[in-house]
Amino acid sequence: MQTAVIVFPGSNCDRDLAVAFEQATGKKPHMVWHQETSLPAGVDLIGVPGGFSYGDYLRSGAMAAQSPVMRAVADAAAQGRYVFGVCNGFQVLTETGLLPGALMRNAGISFVCRDVRLKVANTQSAFTSLYDADEEILVPVAHHDGNYFADADTLDRLEGEGRVAFRYAEQVNGSARDIAGVLNEAGNVLGMMPHPERRSEAAHGGLDGKRLFDALASAGR
Amino acid sequence: MKARVTITLKNGVLDPQGKAIHHALEGLGFSGVNDVRAGKMIELDLADGTSDAEIEDMCRKLLANTVIENFRIERA
Repeated sequence: MQTAVIVFPGSNCDRDLAVAFEQATGKKPHMVWHQETSLPAGVDLIGVPGGFSYGDYLRSGAMAAQSPVMRAVADAAAQGRYVFGVCNGFQVLTETGLLPGALMRNAGISFVCRDVRLKVANTQSAFTSLYDADEEILVPVAHHDGNYFADADTLDRLEGEGRVAFRYAEQVNGSARDIAGVLNEAGNVLGMMPHPERRSEAAHGGLDGKRLFDALASAGR
Repeated sequence: MKARVTITLKNGVLDPQGKAIHHALEGLGFSGVNDVRAGKMIELDLADGTSDAEIEDMCRKLLANTVIENFRIERA
């Protein structure tokens, strides 16, 4: 499986994501600068990393969503390639319209940086197939704007279609219906605020995030 | 010519910033504040002849996130 990680000015989890992709696939990801207008040929999985792209100017992810490379990412998503956005990457994917809803300022105003318990709400997706139904996992979060918002109809639809991939199992940021990660309609795009790439090696204190990357690597074969 | 775009959160969208400001005003002894909503204002210096439709397009595509925000355009 060939992978790519998008790099924006202000990305700071791009290397972490690249390490997780490489561990899962055995191949070095292509690092793709935001000004590129196309992705390397044969890429099956694209990571949109965490960080503070463009200093979070205007709204988190709003400027990055207008980058030339995001048009190529949207095309790849439409072709069924996997797109995985973490933290700021999730914000970018909602701002581009690849995922519904918006990420707002945390309900408690504070930046939240700690391990949180998550419940795996969908185990049928290519991202979550190695988790058990309703399994609780521990994954770190580090964000200021993680408060997921969508109107009630959209939330009902997401839940009805099994598109909520992860929920918080504790109070974190005020997200509607405790949503921590959502899938697009086709199931090939996932955005989530928690950082599975920061819990994929024994040295991280746990491996709960690793199965997401392993699942993707096996889905791509 | 100039236009001023005011961006506010939609009704019903929780505004934690506004809440914190409200709380701080109360802390300063201003007891008559019923509610606070924070937004942002963007001033555009535009080429003459820029149409309303074009400014609206700017708002929809970038300046506001219409999932959570409303915008209002005033020509200065």
